[in-house]
Amino acid sequence: MWKWLHPYANPEVSYHFTGKLIPWFSKLTFVLLTIGIIWALLFVPADYQQGNSFRIFYLHVPAAMLSMGIYVGMAIAALSSLVWQIKLADASAAAMAPVGAVMTAIALFTGAAWGRPTWGTWWIWDARLTSELILLFLYLGVIALHNAFEDKTLAGKAAGILSLVGVVNIPIIKYSVEWWNTLHQGSTVSKLGAPSMSSEMYWPFLVCLLGFVCFISWVICIRFRNEVLARNAMRPWVRDYVKNVEVR
Amino acid sequence: MNNIPNMKPTSINISSQSSTEHSQSYREAFLLVFKRDLTIAFRHKDDILNPLLFFIIVITLFPLGIGPESNTLARIAPGIIWVAALLSTLLSLDRLFKSDHADGSLEQMLLSPHPLFLIVLAKIIAHWCLTGLPLIFVAPLLAILLNLNENSYLALMLTLLIGTPVLSFLGAIGVALTVGIKKGGVLLSLLVLPLYIPVLIFATSAIDTAAMNLPYSGQLAIIAALFIGSLTLSPFAVSAALKVSTN
Repeated sequence: MWKWLHPYANPEVSYHFTGKLIPWFSKLTFVLLTIGIIWALLFVPADYQQGNSFRIFYLHVPAAMLSMGIYVGMAIAALSSLVWQIKLADASAAAMAPVGAVMTAIALFTGAAWGRPTWGTWWIWDARLTSELILLFLYLGVIALHNAFEDKTLAGKAAGILSLVGVVNIPIIKYSVEWWNTLHQGSTVSKLGAPSMSSEMYWPFLVCLLGFVCFISWVICIRFRNEVLARNAMRPWVRDYVKNVEVR
Repeated sequence: MNNIPNMKPTSINISSQSSTEHSQSYREAFLLVFKRDLTIAFRHKDDILNPLLFFIIVITLFPLGIGPESNTLARIAPGIIWVAALLSTLLSLDRLFKSDHADGSLEQMLLSPHPLFLIVLAKIIAHWCLTGLPLIFVAPLLAILLNLNENSYLALMLTLLIGTPVLSFLGAIGVALTVGIKKGGVLLSLLVLPLYIPVLIFATSAIDTAAMNLPYSGQLAIIAALFIGSLTLSPFAVSAALKVSTN
């Protein structure tokens, strides 16, 4: 596996590799999200308790799942950069942080919009909501730390340590609905194989989730390429590349 | 030597002594750093007193702002005391590494043959003795001012006793990350305050529970777990962060 992964530690190779991935991700995002959202909004039957308001589920849950998933990804990238000194891992962690912060914000806002009709309140200091809000603050701290250093290598290491410290929060968010029995409902879809919702509601969710995954991969690839270019600005391959782009 | 009030004692000795003879045990190295930090702090008494004064003033502001109704004050007292404790710890965190970084003694400590874990641990414990411990002594007085329920005094003291070290340990990570940055103050609060939230939640919940005459050992156990976890793990993160910041 190392032999297979090894060439991608070279910035130039991974720059061009992610460049090839971007059109695929962008097309898949449009196809999947169009199908998923139209299916979810128009064709899925209304919930017998919550009526039509539950349809925001198809935005809320993927965003919330990815807010945690991106954080874990960022922490893994930070760990591999600290332990194995892989510079590109730093760049990818820096690329992921703002995307994760936006996903967390989407999860919080759609949650508030969903909470208004079902719970009768925009916000409540429930364990899951609070821990998700802390996650947003952690993301913002990581981003602020990235921006505070002039030297990008130092910034990456410092932000990496902070994101590793913040990993503690992820299991708390994940299990908050089981540990504290509060207003937020338990998970309906994370049980592999047997979701506790009917399949005609479940399939559009899977499509939406995949669409979201493609969307964040798309955005992260774009941001990753920018980070790589900025960090390697003095390298000959970047200069050649930029010159060629101008000629075109 | 005592004629020069601001002189720092033994800051260079740590590395020079031990690198020549290697005779210090871990305990001696720990005590050396611990005593050094205490000595420096006692020569700059403002550093100890100012956060404490801040703590007292913030708490006296609340009755003035909210109104002196004793029931309202008793209800919000745990939260006020704890939030004030968080903020005053945050203010005092700066002196943990900053002056050492400015005069270069921090780099000497990083170069010393003793494990950085030990030195960092000694510095953090010294910091807690100077900032956390005084809060515990002042807190009952402020609890009287805020008309805190009599049942919850013991809970207040216990949560402060177990909880404030957690604040020092977690805060040290933030300071170590921002020590190399010129305007690190606001950034420090952005990094550290989210990490403080669990301590705040369980401490105030313990005090509230105690006010209702219910057992609060569960919340105390969680704070104790946070304490043990941060005691054992945070010095590693602080060491790594210091190595990044001093570069």
